[in-house]
Parts: sequence; C-alpha cells; structure tokens
Amino acid sequence: MNAVEIRQLQKSYRVYQKNEGLVASIRGLFHREYRDVDAVKGIDLDVAQGEFVAFLGPNGAGKTTTLKLLSGVISPTGGQARVLGHVPWLRENEYRRRFALVMGQKNQLWWDLPAQESFALHEKIYRIEHENFVRTRDELCDLLDVAHLLGRPVRELSLGERMKMELTAALLHSPDVLFLDEPTIGLDVIAQHNIQKFLKYYQQERKITILLTSHYMKDVAALCKRVVIIAQGEIIYDGSLAGIIDRFSGHKILSLQFADGSMPGDLARYGDVLEVVEPKARLRVDRGSISQVLSSVLANNTLEDISVEDPPLEEVIAELFSFSAEQQKSDELRNGQKQPARASSQINLK
Amino acid sequence: MLARAQTWWTILKICVEERLVYRGDFALGTLMRFLPIVTQIFLWTAVFAAAGSGLIKGYTRNDVVAYYLLTMLARAFSSMPGLASGIARQVREGEIKKFLIQPIDLVTYLLLARVAHKFVYYLVAAGPFALVYYLCRSYFPGWPPAEVMAAFLLSLVLAFLLGFFLEATMGMIAFWFLEVSSLLFVYMLFTFFFSGHMFPLEILPEPWKTFVDFLPFKYMAYFPAAVFLGKVQGTELVHGLMIQTAWILGFIVLCRVSMQAGFNRYSGYGG
Repeated sequence: MNAVEIRQLQKSYRVYQKNEGLVASIRGLFHREYRDVDAVKGIDLDVAQGEFVAFLGPNGAGKTTTLKLLSGVISPTGGQARVLGHVPWLRENEYRRRFALVMGQKNQLWWDLPAQESFALHEKIYRIEHENFVRTRDELCDLLDVAHLLGRPVRELSLGERMKMELTAALLHSPDVLFLDEPTIGLDVIAQHNIQKFLKYYQQERKITILLTSHYMKDVAALCKRVVIIAQGEIIYDGSLAGIIDRFSGHKILSLQFADGSMPGDLARYGDVLEVVEPKARLRVDRGSISQVLSSVLANNTLEDISVEDPPLEEVIAELFSFSAEQQKSDELRNGQKQPARASSQINLK
Repeated sequence: MLARAQTWWTILKICVEERLVYRGDFALGTLMRFLPIVTQIFLWTAVFAAAGSGLIKGYTRNDVVAYYLLTMLARAFSSMPGLASGIARQVREGEIKKFLIQPIDLVTYLLLARVAHKFVYYLVAAGPFALVYYLCRSYFPGWPPAEVMAAFLLSLVLAFLLGFFLEATMGMIAFWFLEVSSLLFVYMLFTFFFSGHMFPLEILPEPWKTFVDFLPFKYMAYFPAAVFLGKVQGTELVHGLMIQTAWILGFIVLCRVSMQAGFNRYSGYGG
C-alpha cells in the first residue's frame, strides 16, 4: 500500500505585483495588480510505505509547498492527495496523530522552557501512553545524545542541539510518515552527519515513510535511494541518485597525465578543456564520442595516466536547475510577463 | 474527556511556568498599573470642586473614585494585552503552522494560556490591589449584599471571557491583513471610551448613551463596577448578565468561524 498518493496536485498563489518606486507604491494603494504564481503544477507521485524519498530542486521549485500540502498547512488549488488514506488539508486529528513535520528553519518547541516541557505537552496532545512516552523519549534522547540537555531552556541550546530536540519532539508519537524540510540547514558538518546517521538508523529500524527536502547533496546521497527532482512546480525526474547523471549529463570527464614534455598544444580538438596544469589536463568530452576520443588520444600521445569519470553530481544538478530556470525565463518572455509562469513541457524528460 | 482534561492541565502548567520565566518584567509591569490611580483621584476631586454640586448624574465624588477602582479590577479581568497582536505575529511569522499540524486547538490553547497568564498576574497583583483598596476604603459605600457580590464575581468572569473572545476574533483578522496594529489601535480607543474605563457611562449624553448600550464594550468595565455599586439591580441585573453571556456566545462563534476561514485561507507565509 502506498503511504502517499498524489494526483494532479496543484497550488497557485496570488501575489501582489509591486512595481519599483514611490509612485508605483502610491498607485498600489488604489489599484493592485495581482499575479498568479503556480508553485505546484499538477504533480503525480506515489510513495510506498517505508520509502525514504528526497525532493531536490532549486529555491522556489515547489518542494516546501508540496510538503505543506501533504501536512495540511495549506489547501491545494486543484488535484488530490492522500497520506495514509487521509486527505491532509481536512486536518483530522486521526491524521495529525500519525505524521510529523520538521522544518529546519522553524522552531516548534517552547522557546523559553526546557525541551522536556514541550515533550510533556506532546505526550498529552498526541495521547501517548505514559510508559510508551518515557521509553520513546529516552530511546530518542539516547540515540541523539541529548539526554543531558533536557532540562535546559531551548533558547540556550545550539542550533544542532535544538534540531535534535525538534526531531525528538516530532518522533515521540512514533509517526508513520515524517516530512523533513531541510533538517540540516545551517548545521556544521559534524552535526549534519549526526542527524543523517540518526535518520538512517531510525528509518531502517521503524520502516517509516520519510519525505525529505534538502540542499545538501550529502544528505540525499547518505539517506535516499529514490530522488524526485522538482523544478518550476513539476516533477522532472524520479529515480535513483546515480540515474540523474545518466539521464541529464551528456558528458564525461577525461583526465590525462602526459609523459614529460609531451603535452600537445591543441588539446581543444578532443573536447572542452577544463583545466591544464602540466603535465596534467582535464577535458569534458561528449558521452557519445568518448571511445573515439580515447583511441585518438592514446594513438597520438604518450600518456602516464588516464581516467574517465562521470561529472560530479552537484554540477549535473546545478546545470539541470539553471537549464530549467532559463526555460522558464524564455517562456515568460513569450507569454508576456503578466501571464502566469508556466513551465515548458519540453523539459519534461520523465 | 479525561485525556482532554489532562491536556488542558498540562498546557496550563506549562504556560504558568513560561510566565514565571520573565518575573522581573512582569512584576514591574504589574506595579506600574497602579500609578494612574493617584492622578484619577486628584482629577475627580478637582472636577467635583469645579462643578460645585455634590452630585454628577447620580454619582458623588466618592462614588466616582470607587467606580474607577472597580473598573480597574474589571479591566484586570477583561483586558488581554498582546492577545490579538500575538496571533497576528504568529500568522506573519508562520508559527501558527504548529496549530495546523499538531492535534491541538488554537483557541483552546490561547484561552488556557490566557488563564495561566491571568492567574500569575493575580498572584503578583493581589497584594498591591488589596493594599490600594484598603487605603481607599473610605470611598466605598461598604460591602454589597451577598447576592450582588456573587453577581459581581460572575460578571468579572464573564468580562474575562468576553474580552478574550472579542480580542481573539480581532486577532483572526490577521489571516486577511497581516498587519493589524492600526486596527487594534482603533479597537483600543473604542474600549477606552465605551467600556466605561475612564468615566461612568451615565455621564455620556444621548445618543451616545444608547449607542454604547448596543456595544459589547461596556460589559468589560462599566457593568461589573455598576453591579458592585448597586447601580444595576433586580431584573436589570439579570438582563445585563444575560446580554453579557449572549455577547460571549456570539464572539465564540465568530472567533471559531473566522479561525476556520483563516486556516483555509492561510498560505503558510514565511518559508
């Protein structure tokens, strides 16, 4: 059974279009121009129970909006979604007791009180049996190594410690579905790693369904087998992390190390020269012509070392994002700027 | 039901704890409230001296001072500092999301937080209040009969509920206009003049007097004080309490409806 089922889910916002300058501001008092921004444009997605799925996408792509829709914070403009069989935006308590949302940038704990007070409140509002509550709390605090901080006011905790407390609070009622919106944002490498380790362990133990958005590729690589890329409110990729490179990168990176003094001057004929530090050079070569280029390089040069690699994932994704952003811009120009921004269907590579 | 009661109790406890965190600020704020009393006593003494006669609209100078002290007590129940602006802030900054995601009711939570807030306030203010009333005891006509006293206490509790639901409803407007401070200022002016906080409402000329009768504000200050002083008696008293209750019920409904509409409208500002 699927934990999350999304069909043609849409969300558009009406935003006030303000032009620059004082005159425009005064005009805005009497007459306002609004523009519809389509944050999510009819996406379809199924997530099976026990899956750990990452949402990737540039800022404003619609990742957070999707999570907000699925947690019932906002209602959609159109389409349907079911999480654990519930329609999220009806906000039934039965549903609300079965999921949790953790936002890296938002604090859900009581700021001036120790986290244990917030936990005690969660025990009551989520109707957790006291024995269960104590056991889960101690277990989580143990795993996250925060037991000694329970009595300290939340405002005095470091960002990393607070995030761990947020996670603990969110998991106290053993949710079946967990939404994580950039849970490691602003954390240092060690804290990020700790959170990753914890999430991985917890998800494998409990087999809960997790949807995660993050800008850190390391989070995604460490945690999720399945990656969904959203850009301009549409899903443009759904598959494995490694598959992204196959699908979106038409290049390979060719690294060459020449024998002393034998580096040719016309490297550019093999491909785009990325870097030259004698006796080494790095080239970007079309995937299709890689074998041809290799044999030619080997035939004409004396080489000490050679390697062919995929381009780094982050670069591929950055390229992909900037490609879809350009698509949007040219679309807007074509449609005139007051039209709602529609994503092009050309990049729908799925 | 039991689970719900336990939840409420926990919220109350936590809110009391939270209030006690900033005890210094709290104690100072409480004490500052008593300063205007002195100026009010001087003001009304001067007014009566200038008027020449000992009676203004049925009030003696002592009556007016007693009235003022009593409205101060009523305001201690009905005023809700930071309630509407707090809701507006939560909407603006996105903190309100908590109440959409977690199985906890916003209005219930706010009410309990306010009860806790008031409880701590009375704890701190009880001493100063008692002292002021003791020092000013000569202005009072004496203790009213038991049934009037009971009606007075009831009207205070109702004033609390009315103040809460009225201002919570004002706060819900933030779902439509993110900034409600100027609206709150107008509301504050209205309560200031029409609740009877500044002067007994009998002083108002027509048509204002009738106008004020049709507003909820007078039940937040004037009414409890008038009950204590015996200005409202018999069926008039019963009617008054019933109208006060009706206002509360009206604002409970309005508050709920606007909260639901606001939630549906809410688009999750701030990330």
